[in-house]
Amino acid sequence: MPQNVLSITQLTEYIRSKLDMDPNLGQVAVRGEISNYKVYPSGHHYFTLKDESSALKCVMFKGNATRLRFRPDNGMQVIAMGKVAVYPRDGAYQLYCTAMAMDGVGDLYAAFEQLKKKLAAEGLFDPAHKKLLPKYPGTIGIVTSSAGAAVHDMLRILRKRYPLSKVRLLPVRVQGAEAPGEIAAAIRFANHYHLADLLIVGRGGGSIEDLWAFNDEQVAHAIYDSQIPVISAVGHEPDVTISDYVADLRAATPSNAAELAVPDQDALRQSLDAMSAAMASALSRQLKAARQHLDVLSHSAALKSPTGYLEQREKNLELLKNRLIAAQNQTITRNNQRYIAAVSKLDALSPLKVLTRGYSMARKENGEVLRSVRQVELGERIAVSLSDGSLSATVMEKKEEAR
Amino acid sequence: MNPENQTFEQSMARLEQIVRAMERGDVALEESLKLFQEGTELVRGCQKLLDDAQLQVKKIMTAPDGSPVEEEFRDEP
Repeated sequence: MPQNVLSITQLTEYIRSKLDMDPNLGQVAVRGEISNYKVYPSGHHYFTLKDESSALKCVMFKGNATRLRFRPDNGMQVIAMGKVAVYPRDGAYQLYCTAMAMDGVGDLYAAFEQLKKKLAAEGLFDPAHKKLLPKYPGTIGIVTSSAGAAVHDMLRILRKRYPLSKVRLLPVRVQGAEAPGEIAAAIRFANHYHLADLLIVGRGGGSIEDLWAFNDEQVAHAIYDSQIPVISAVGHEPDVTISDYVADLRAATPSNAAELAVPDQDALRQSLDAMSAAMASALSRQLKAARQHLDVLSHSAALKSPTGYLEQREKNLELLKNRLIAAQNQTITRNNQRYIAAVSKLDALSPLKVLTRGYSMARKENGEVLRSVRQVELGERIAVSLSDGSLSATVMEKKEEAR
Repeated sequence: MNPENQTFEQSMARLEQIVRAMERGDVALEESLKLFQEGTELVRGCQKLLDDAQLQVKKIMTAPDGSPVEEEFRDEP
């Protein structure tokens, strides 16, 4: 019997530490073909890399997987990078993959990065150059293949969302050597004849080589020069092309482009209903306010009894009239009195006027005016008034004459 | 180029204007009644445009002189 018996865990731990300490296994790049590719609900990717005679289990955790530039699929040749370590539960070693690239397209990536850098320097990706999309595009030009699934997906969605639009399909080849020239020409043609209010340029998913027409300088310049706003819709979500950078808007897929291009009629109908309701409620609010105002007015005295209001006015008028008459009468009476007084004063003054003419008036000492010689005795003192004064005199003699 | 769409777009813009004016509440009652009537007709018109709309799809081909020519494009099965 061997002396030293280990538990499985002890042995596995030993192997694990051996692998972890190996500097070559900490960061490896390995070439192989993908098989058994699975994405778990957790977001982690599991697959096997194999060549003619060997297989390697691989795992790519969610965080790394989201940075993939392509969609890995069974049968693809790739180069995977990561570290090799033991997975103790299964007693197996596997590649903990942190990055992965398609094998054989390294040149394409380099070309892509180079063109991207050049066009960025030329200002083709300038956000300030990007145009606003029309809210209700009357005509939508679609530059794509008339054969692929992409055009049908787009038409289905446009028909469902906003059938008021008109679609003009500009058929082009979307892959192969002729494709970039055709795509660029279609964009310029649509502009020259103003065939649309909005352009969707793109194609469905495919390999990086398939999508390569949209990483073309001619296409990039045609999109940049377009007066008509352009939505770029190439491949699937993770595929990013030069066209996407230049376009006014990037859609993840052709279907997504159709969704971004037009408003949704369900939402439009809802907003029409909402506007109807808003108008109705604004009007009823206003009517209610007007009715309240009317109520206030109709409770006012003037409107409650219009004749009463007139009667009151009439009374006031009568009162004013009487006061006016009374005031007038008073004035007349006062003037009369003044007249009478003035006249009597004048009468009283008239004898004086007689005196100036040479007459005089004689009065007894008690003031009695003398009209007859019989009124005085001899030796009685009398006063004689002249126009400019009076004399005191004594009666010396009396002679009565018959008249 | 697409008169129904143009009518729809203009109607929507006018409707938004009407709703804003009515919600501000600074128009006379008589004017509000007129706006309400106009707005209600516009809503009905827009709904009808959507109900009647049929997506037109044309394929653009090039005539010998290089100008565009529309052709029918049938995409529905």
